[in-house]
Amino acid sequence: MRIALGLLSGLVFGLGLVISGMSNPAKVLNFLDLAGTWDPSLAFVMGGASVTAFIGYRLVWRRPAPALDARFDLPATTRIDRPLIAGAVLFGIGWGLGGFCPGPAWTALPLLAPGTLVFLPAMLAGLWIGARGKTLTILNPKGAQ
Amino acid sequence: MEMAATEFTPWASLGGGVLIGLSAVMVMGLFGRIAGIAGITNGFLGAVVPMSGAPRDRDWRVAFLIGLIAAPLVLMLGGGTVEQTVPDNLARMALAGLLVGVGTALGSGCTSGHGVCGLARLSRRSLVAVLTFMAAGFATVYILRHVLGVS
Repeated sequence: MRIALGLLSGLVFGLGLVISGMSNPAKVLNFLDLAGTWDPSLAFVMGGASVTAFIGYRLVWRRPAPALDARFDLPATTRIDRPLIAGAVLFGIGWGLGGFCPGPAWTALPLLAPGTLVFLPAMLAGLWIGARGKTLTILNPKGAQ
Repeated sequence: MEMAATEFTPWASLGGGVLIGLSAVMVMGLFGRIAGIAGITNGFLGAVVPMSGAPRDRDWRVAFLIGLIAAPLVLMLGGGTVEQTVPDNLARMALAGLLVGVGTALGSGCTSGHGVCGLARLSRRSLVAVLTFMAAGFATVYILRHVLGVS
């Protein structure tokens, strides 16, 4: 049941990415190009997704626990720290260079564009390196986490 | 490669966005977790390579990824078309992928985790992350297209 419904959730997310245009780097890069061929469509994706999740979360949180797990497990960190800002800056630069963020990079995989086939392994390597680097003292002087 | 203008598609984008939000609600209601693609990808990575801090509930995460990858194929089988133009400068795409991966790991989330789920939870941390990566994205495209003249 967990597998089948996990698969269905991923399918719905992926259909959303493709239908919305978020999985098309040309559209993402044009969204980020305020001074040029600006395409505001992606603001509608973000708006539609976060408003739906805002309402839906409040409905499911009325239950004592999720349907297929013991408890709700939400990120507990509220600190706005150096790794958060540094990570978001690096992420934004990469997003502006390639037009892909992680979800769209996965949905682009079966279309086998050369740019995707280079981006995706590089992203996986980056996630792995980043997970190791997160413990570096430069970014995290107090050694938290 | 010439990155031409793209058509403004408010309704398709809003509809697709609602589907993304619906999926985030399914993941919360079923598994009690944030539908962040970064965390879901880490579930898969933790299953194939040693990785500290990778999530332990891998089953639904790997299944989710398969669904995500299958989505464009399902849409095409249903007679739909998938429009996609990917930059073809491979060095640029390698750097982009690396930065997105490292940035996601350091910043504890991406467009979906901070952007959709974090904003829906009214997390101040996520709002700061979203405003920061949007600003960096706008600045990067501005420099690329209007200073360096690269499309």
